[in-house]
Amino acid sequence: MIHSGSWLAVLVFLAIVGFTLGLSYLLGKQARSSAGYFAAHGQIPWFVNGVAFAGDYLSAASFLGICGMIAFHGYDGFLYSIGYLAGWIVALFVVAEPMKRLGKFTFADALNARFESPGIKRAVGVSTLAVSVFYLIPQMVGAGVLVQPLLGLSHWIGVLMVGAVVIFIVVSAGMVSTTWVQFIKGSLLVFFSTVMTVLILQRGFTVDPSPPQPQTITTTAEGQVLINGLPKGVGPGEATLQPVGSIARLPGGETSTGPLGPIAFLRTLQDSEIVLWRGATTKGDDGSTTTTFSPKVTPGSQVLRPGESPKFKGIRSENWFDKLNFLSLMLALFCGTASLPHILIRYYTVKDEAAARKSTIVGIGCIGFFYVLTLYMGLGAMTSGALDVTDENMAAPLLARSLSELLFAIISAIAFTTVLGTVSGLILASAGAVAHDLIGSIPGVQLTDGQQVRIAKLASVVVGVIAIVLGILFQKLNVTYLVGWAFSVAASANLPALVMLLFWPRTTKQGIIAAVIVGMTSSLAWILLSADTFTQVYGLPAEGAWAPFSQPGIVTIPLGFLTLVVVSLMTKPRQPA
Amino acid sequence: MHASISRIGLALFLLYTLLYGGFVLLNVFWPKSMEATPIAGVNLAILYGFGLIGAAFVMALIYGVASRPAPPSREQL
Repeated sequence: MIHSGSWLAVLVFLAIVGFTLGLSYLLGKQARSSAGYFAAHGQIPWFVNGVAFAGDYLSAASFLGICGMIAFHGYDGFLYSIGYLAGWIVALFVVAEPMKRLGKFTFADALNARFESPGIKRAVGVSTLAVSVFYLIPQMVGAGVLVQPLLGLSHWIGVLMVGAVVIFIVVSAGMVSTTWVQFIKGSLLVFFSTVMTVLILQRGFTVDPSPPQPQTITTTAEGQVLINGLPKGVGPGEATLQPVGSIARLPGGETSTGPLGPIAFLRTLQDSEIVLWRGATTKGDDGSTTTTFSPKVTPGSQVLRPGESPKFKGIRSENWFDKLNFLSLMLALFCGTASLPHILIRYYTVKDEAAARKSTIVGIGCIGFFYVLTLYMGLGAMTSGALDVTDENMAAPLLARSLSELLFAIISAIAFTTVLGTVSGLILASAGAVAHDLIGSIPGVQLTDGQQVRIAKLASVVVGVIAIVLGILFQKLNVTYLVGWAFSVAASANLPALVMLLFWPRTTKQGIIAAVIVGMTSSLAWILLSADTFTQVYGLPAEGAWAPFSQPGIVTIPLGFLTLVVVSLMTKPRQPA
Repeated sequence: MHASISRIGLALFLLYTLLYGGFVLLNVFWPKSMEATPIAGVNLAILYGFGLIGAAFVMALIYGVASRPAPPSREQL
């Protein structure tokens, strides 16, 4: 589709972004010291911190990626919702209170509490940077996706805008403003997602009687884009892609259901037939590439079962590597949440362990409720008649547009602040890793409080620029899938060290350093050598990939634990004679 | 943290891990079971998924209540 801007959307968008920036400027005065900049002086109320957890965690992957995946492939996107939420159980029962008790500003502080080792700080600082940058890519991709339907601008402009605004927020006020931005965004996201779900249920389902026609996109050897054989555009002799997403048949031959309850909505869809779209790409002799999107009438029972999307086909495969790939992803989602640096540093913003625990419970409530809504929003988008076949990341904003222009404006602006909130947290975690962990551990370097904050702000600018570049380069990848990889790297690098430090008294500093380095490098190497990276990033055939399956967690998380145990046993302190 | 609270946390963690592990293993080894519609015409995949999300919140609340500091005893007053 060619997206045209909407003045209403632009006004709402500017109002929310302007409010966010104003808040950051006002709160900037509270972040002059390192305790204020990195940890908001530990004075954030637990309820606000809990909602801010939701604001931090419900990223572009959750809102745009999951909804898009459900809208295009059905139930499989909901597997991410389940896995992302399950990870919070590890955070609450294993990590929350010890993190608050042991740490000060960064994740490295907690791991280093017993040892005072510069080596731990350096290793964990590097892993924090690696995980944060990996996680930043899908957020920035999501930012670009949002700006297209909202303002009618190119993807790269959206990425640039988010980068610039986030750098301003983080540089101006640090953790105080980041927390309040995340609190506001988390509240708005959950509230308006509820509104959208209620409207979806009120609308119910209606059969689209017109038979859908295949659509083609051709890119000629000269780079011209043709839609159904005509130049792309809205003028005479030009063509655009038609919106899709419809019901082919309802139970009992009805043409419309009217309003439905939450259970009736799912039951009706289960017994209906839905038009899904599948793309196939062919190369012409003249150097052109044509992707044909064909409608496929699919039973609802098939749409609502796991294993229908290309990414989750392993569930129904007889190939063991495909099954291992799925197990590996679900393990990484379970273990990854409690290993994400930008989530972990939020435990330092409250006053004590009880507040850390209570804020996690609030976070679980908000996040869990939102993830239930993702199923309704995704399925609503699937049947909204408003989707763009070329970009599943746009499903949620386009669903909102099908309900109301005002809702579209609000949802787009909230989605934009969704990206702002998560990216702010990630950049702040990276800045803390650079200023506090990496530079602070160089022998002979003693930074004053003010110098630490200045270096952190400089690091924020550098990481922000890197994020902008990567967000433009990785435009075509599904944001949820990218986040799955970030979880694998985080879980492999950070979780073994954190868990063993808490539960195994024989853990040594060498064991921690080795586990972090081995977990991080092995998971990164596995991803870079996987079939998905070969096909989607390098443009090479999948058969050339070295890794037997794409998700590394099932190998690299146990490898991190094993490394820590072996190295700790080899380096245990000698008992005094 | 009080030892008994740690034990409650660990027990809840293990229980949830079993529930989550059961869901993942059912999907991998018995994917057909997820298509069954045991309640209200909604399939097991959705019911189990909602159940896992609801269970996480309920367990978090139980943990929160169990972790409350005990009221001061009469001797302490």
